[in-house]
Amino acid sequence: MPTFKNYLIGFISSIILTITAFALVEIHVASRHRTLSHPLLIGVILTLAMGQLVIQLCYFLHLGDKSKRWNLTFFISTLGIILLVVVGSLWIMYALNFNMTPQQVNQYLQDQGSY
Amino acid sequence: MDTTAINHQHEKTENSLFGFWVYLMTDLIMFAALFAAYAVLHNNTFGGPASGQLFNLPFVLAETVILLTSSFSCGLAYLVMQRGEVKKVLSWFTVTFLLGLSFLFMELTEFRRLYASGSGPQHSAFLTSYFTLVGAHGLHIAAGLLWMAVMLLVVRKRGLAPKTNSQLARLALFWHFLDLVWIFIFTIVYLMGVL
Repeated sequence: MPTFKNYLIGFISSIILTITAFALVEIHVASRHRTLSHPLLIGVILTLAMGQLVIQLCYFLHLGDKSKRWNLTFFISTLGIILLVVVGSLWIMYALNFNMTPQQVNQYLQDQGSY
Repeated sequence: MDTTAINHQHEKTENSLFGFWVYLMTDLIMFAALFAAYAVLHNNTFGGPASGQLFNLPFVLAETVILLTSSFSCGLAYLVMQRGEVKKVLSWFTVTFLLGLSFLFMELTEFRRLYASGSGPQHSAFLTSYFTLVGAHGLHIAAGLLWMAVMLLVVRKRGLAPKTNSQLARLALFWHFLDLVWIFIFTIVYLMGVL
């Protein structure tokens, strides 16, 4: 059952996570990209976003409730589809770029008449 | 109402909430496709500005905090609705509505700024995918605001009935969902964009 305390916990921790991610990026840019390596920083802010996802699912959308078992099941299967769509697109398009040689790119642009 | 009628109404509310949840999950898949398009295209700037030169992070942080607060006030509106306090329901949903409206206004200001500096959606694949993703979220917000305005009028005129409560529960679910999607737009488009 949702309570005021639950909403308050969800709200305050969401704000803290958002501002932490923002501050990390701002400090990083201000220090001319020297605080952390880019892959590490991206990992950290994505983790903060995932943390916020879990917090809001629990405290705002009450997915932890026993009566919401089916909602949770549906959500997890949706996550599977999302993973396929996003990772699949990135993988295929990256491989596509990788397999194009510069000559092929130039030829393509010439054929399109935009070169 | 006797207990069987109340149970029946409760079951109907639960069923429609689950149905609405299924819709939200399909909506989430659509957003995932837009995110995938953005992730694939965000380096294709066609000689135009890249994401790092365009975005104003403190402005977007303000947008994020406003939307987060509106999600919180929407939760509070849902709480007082369960206790049947009509006046408080009206005031908390009004707060949510105003916060949502300022969010939408700020987003449109941002779009107008980009447009005015020659970075409209027609400029590059990156900008097309950016405007499509963020614009799709903005359209959802606009639809949610319209829905909220209608519900405010209904509650004002007729007070709280089981049917109205069930509709308000779905509206609250929709609003929390939009806040969740925005967290990922904030992280992936804006924060990762300036790195």
